[in-house]
Amino acid sequence: MATDTAPVAGERGREAMAVADDAERRRVRRFDEPTGLRRAGRYLLLFVVAFIVLFPVYTTVIAALKPSDKVLQNPLLPDAFTLEVLGDAWTDGRLGRYLLNSLVVAVVVTVAQVVTSVLAAYAFALLEFPGKRVLFLAFVATLLVPLEATLVVNFDTVDSLGWVNTYQGLAVPFLATAFGVFLLRQVFLTLPRDLRDAAAIDGVGHLGFLRHVALPLVKPTLGALALFSFLGSWNQYLWPNLLISEDDKNTVQSGLRLLSKANLDRPNLVMAGTVIAAVPIFAALLVFQRQLVRGLTAGAVKG
Amino acid sequence: MSMDAERRRRSRKWADFPLAMAMIAPSAVVLGVFVLYPLGRAVWLGQQRCNNFGGNCKSQGFGQYVDLFRSTEFQNALLVTFKFALLTVPLGLVAGVALAVLADKYLRGIGAFRAIFSSTVATSVAVASLMWLFLLQPSVGVLANVDWFNGLFPSVKDPGWLQDPGTALTAVAMSSVWASLGFTFILVTAGLQSVPRDLYEAAAVDGAGGVRQFWSITVPMLGPTLLFVLIVLTTRAFQAYGEVDLLTDGGPQPQDSTTTITYFVYGQNSPIQSDAGLQAAGAVLLFVILLALSALQLGGIGRRVHYGD
Repeated sequence: MATDTAPVAGERGREAMAVADDAERRRVRRFDEPTGLRRAGRYLLLFVVAFIVLFPVYTTVIAALKPSDKVLQNPLLPDAFTLEVLGDAWTDGRLGRYLLNSLVVAVVVTVAQVVTSVLAAYAFALLEFPGKRVLFLAFVATLLVPLEATLVVNFDTVDSLGWVNTYQGLAVPFLATAFGVFLLRQVFLTLPRDLRDAAAIDGVGHLGFLRHVALPLVKPTLGALALFSFLGSWNQYLWPNLLISEDDKNTVQSGLRLLSKANLDRPNLVMAGTVIAAVPIFAALLVFQRQLVRGLTAGAVKG
Repeated sequence: MSMDAERRRRSRKWADFPLAMAMIAPSAVVLGVFVLYPLGRAVWLGQQRCNNFGGNCKSQGFGQYVDLFRSTEFQNALLVTFKFALLTVPLGLVAGVALAVLADKYLRGIGAFRAIFSSTVATSVAVASLMWLFLLQPSVGVLANVDWFNGLFPSVKDPGWLQDPGTALTAVAMSSVWASLGFTFILVTAGLQSVPRDLYEAAAVDGAGGVRQFWSITVPMLGPTLLFVLIVLTTRAFQAYGEVDLLTDGGPQPQDSTTTITYFVYGQNSPIQSDAGLQAAGAVLLFVILLALSALQLGGIGRRVHYGD
């Protein structure tokens, strides 16, 4: 994560750091590797804790793969197998449709948040203009307002625009994020002043500099922000519940809620829906683990 | 001459202004319309009473905030939320740190364990809550249908942990702690990896054991991370809605044992559900309480946290 704050340490500096890193790692390995009984004890603990953490996932998955007449017998054992219930959740539970809705909204929100954040962050970091401090303070202030405090009024606003039960209604209130502006501004501020001055002398304008120099340098942060925005939108629960009453426009989260409230007597169907809703994100996070860690820790770096 | 210089200076000062405004405008418009305006409007709306459709609002004066705050229903929600925070925050923090310390060793296969411990970060509130609903549900749930378990704990079947007013909030809290485990684990793990190992070596040379090292090195060095996690977990506890909606609907009734503030404002069983004025007042109170809590945590603990270079 520290690489982000010093992206231009210079090739030689970076090499030196990498060498030092390797030496450090070798030393740490020797120091930190438990042996003998300690090692066995550590493994035992790790397995026990992993079992506890995965237990709800395990029972969910085996229930989703069982026929209805078997699901209440031996709920801890995978003693029957069918893909039929997953199929039911996909078609009758309309999970396919809900996934598509969530995907559309999340992609729009992600692209928009990245673009709006890049533009505003660049202006706050590299442009000088009157009123900059006040405007930036207003941006930071929005970070203090919890989503839940705004939704009562936002519902009225969206309603008066005629956007209840629409994609616009789900997406438009979230097209910008002060978190993204703040995060990218911090990174833009670490770009050396000389870089911009040299570009200006060569006649490169701000937008050209942003596109060809600044953006490539902050790519890792952009990835983290994109993943964060996507997850934030995908996981929205309260807003779709308030906004959506037409079945066609439900997101995965509000659709799962419907499925569960309507089928309390069919736990395997609800669990099948849960599995279908969870798998894409589990898969995505396996691929984008690094961006996730970067995004999560970005908030914590400076408190 | 000097006027010329003055003009040039001023024109340079304003030179970037149009570009800056154009770049900031998209964010500013969205945040203004959907964050700042609604907050201001909610403060105004909060002193009104409205009809079922949120129209025909009449002013009640700002005393309405005090009335709402003092009402039995809000006091109950406030108490439930504080209890919920006291159940989820310390437990979530301790569990996250314990898991991170446990996995912070070089062992074969440690990557797999780290992936497992992080995995709950991939669950949305709906996914996590439904998994736990299926675990705890008294008729069709997992635990109620495992004979040796319901023999050991009959209350899991009758009345059910989510149905018993004495255990419902704790059960919801367990689901919530589990769901946030991955988040805390990832953050604390990253924090641990930034602690210089020489500190432990030096301490070991000086004869400090594992426990002493944990309290004298690990905890202080993790300070900023722990403070951040503390604030996030507390905020989440006060915003808890999905788990309540899916697991208990704010019940069991009539005690409203799991009606948190957010559920009180937005839940389908809420007594203020049909009055936009009271809802707005509740939302504003939630904002003020959260702001005060964050300030307290930053001021009280934050001052003692050591930020390294």
